Amino acid sequence: MVEIFGIPSQALFGQLLLGLINGSFYALLSLGLAVIFGMLNIINFTHGAQYMLGAFAAYLILQYSGLGYWPSLIIAPIAVGIFGVIIERTMLQWLYKLDHLYGLLLTFGIALIIEGIARNKFGSAGLPYAMPDSLRGGQNLGFMFLPNYRAWVVVASLAICFGTWFVIERTRLGANLRAATENPTLVRAFGINVPRMITLTYGFGVALAAFAGVMAAPIYNVSPQMGSDLIIVVFAVVVIGGMGSIMGAIVTGFGLGVIEGLTKVFFPEASATVIFVIMAIVLLIRPAGLFGRTA
Amino acid sequence: MVAATDTLTAPAHSGEGRSEVIAFGVMVAVLIVAPFFIYPLFLMQALCFALFACAFNLLIGYVGLLSFGHALYFGWASYLSAHAAKIWGFPPELAILTGAATGAILGLVAGSLAIRRQGIYFAMITLALAQMMYFFALQAKFTGGEDGIQGVPRGKLFGFIDLTPHTTMYVLVVVIFLACFLFILRIINSPFGEVLKAIRENEPRAISLGYKTDRYKLVAFVLSATLAGVAGGTKAIVFQIASLTDVHWAMSGEVVLMTLVGGLGTVFGPVVGAFVIIAMQNYLNALDQWVTVIQGVIFVACVLLFRRGIIGEIANLLRLKL
Repeated sequence: MVEIFGIPSQALFGQLLLGLINGSFYALLSLGLAVIFGMLNIINFTHGAQYMLGAFAAYLILQYSGLGYWPSLIIAPIAVGIFGVIIERTMLQWLYKLDHLYGLLLTFGIALIIEGIARNKFGSAGLPYAMPDSLRGGQNLGFMFLPNYRAWVVVASLAICFGTWFVIERTRLGANLRAATENPTLVRAFGINVPRMITLTYGFGVALAAFAGVMAAPIYNVSPQMGSDLIIVVFAVVVIGGMGSIMGAIVTGFGLGVIEGLTKVFFPEASATVIFVIMAIVLLIRPAGLFGRTA
Repeated sequence: MVAATDTLTAPAHSGEGRSEVIAFGVMVAVLIVAPFFIYPLFLMQALCFALFACAFNLLIGYVGLLSFGHALYFGWASYLSAHAAKIWGFPPELAILTGAATGAILGLVAGSLAIRRQGIYFAMITLALAQMMYFFALQAKFTGGEDGIQGVPRGKLFGFIDLTPHTTMYVLVVVIFLACFLFILRIINSPFGEVLKAIRENEPRAISLGYKTDRYKLVAFVLSATLAGVAGGTKAIVFQIASLTDVHWAMSGEVVLMTLVGGLGTVFGPVVGAFVIIAMQNYLNALDQWVTVIQGVIFVACVLLFRRGIIGEIANLLRLKL
């Protein structure tokens, strides 16, 4: 067997792939957080719960309507996105003029409610969600075995991330969005419906989280606390990358996933904490974050 | 970010310190009478959390810093106090001081990292650092993992006062709580406290007036973490256990909730908030599973409907400073 740095190459590449998968979820979630923060100036603590809702939506769709993975991948994000729009219209919109912290507190409260209800309905143990038949099996690449589903997750999230980046940075819609982030009053004066844009942005960010949730369902079990554990790591990712740039969020997400995967190989005890340690180091060296403009 | 955090502050009042003195007197009287009517163990639990919430409020209410990781100091202090009392055989007063020192050291490290960023990032950093230390607590040998440190002896205070009876223990907890409460009151009303409030209102202006705001923020952070450590250490001695619950992020959320319910930036709010939330947890035991949901609903209701909290609303109604 081939060895690299004394580690069997199978194990090394296996962990690298796992790292890329985790990185996909970090990237998708921190992207959603960054998009929402840009428009609403709110850190969406509910993001983890909405990711969990996406996974549960896929599970329920399968249970009650028999629709499988592929329809869920479209229906679940839309459903959870609409739920997000309702949250924004009924609650969040009253907080824009207040201190940022109230947004955090409110979304934290909503996360507690969603998680609590999920735990009551489904218990704390995870529920299995079957992989779509079309993505079973895998490819033997010679140096490692690549399960099809995992390859799909990485490719799909890369596509979504770059799609989002393209829309925001390269299209007219994105230009309006960025302008509204800079100066909402002026953009309104040009006849653009900024409040509606804000609502839809929140809905989109939430849908991204739900999309990640559906993709995660076959890999991890569907469980009520799957979101809250993840969201804190994603916060650290966001602190490291800074929320100023979309590309920054994507690169940091994938990069940290890979680093975490490598840590699992070389120093398994530290794999749960490595991202937080990196955050501390980044704060010491570059307080504004890797891609942040100013603190 | 928005410079003036005016919505976080208690409404302006003309009343001098008089109302505070009266309210303090009422609180002391209630604490003396309470054990004759209410189970002392409940009172001690509520007092530990009240102190914890007051420590947290020192940051959010008077410096405008939202720490979302205060369970770190509370929980780790309770681990170290429990360890000191059980393994090292420290008397209770030294064990609690060990907890305070733990809070101070962790506060110094976490604080000096967190104050490098402002606003929302500050909250995320404190949360992330707390989560990191949660994993350490999960993996470290001495914390006992899922079991925690059990069977911590209450011991003899100063070597001759046996703390095993609840009444004696209660008196000690009340003394610790009141001492810390007065200490916080002293901080808030000192020139140092005035600078903190200036930073909360308008940090750039405080800087332009020549104050090294980072140092003030760090000192406030360490003070808050130390007091949270005292609360955690005391809780470990009272309940004779230190466990993972106290370092978990849910605990950080709970202390935010207590302070929010009582009233951010009010002196007595966190105390009232802690009693309300602890009472809710104890008396709604039947609803066990729904406690998180209820807490979430209270969060949402507080943020949307009454941001001043219980004491804040009362103070506003009576036009008093509480």
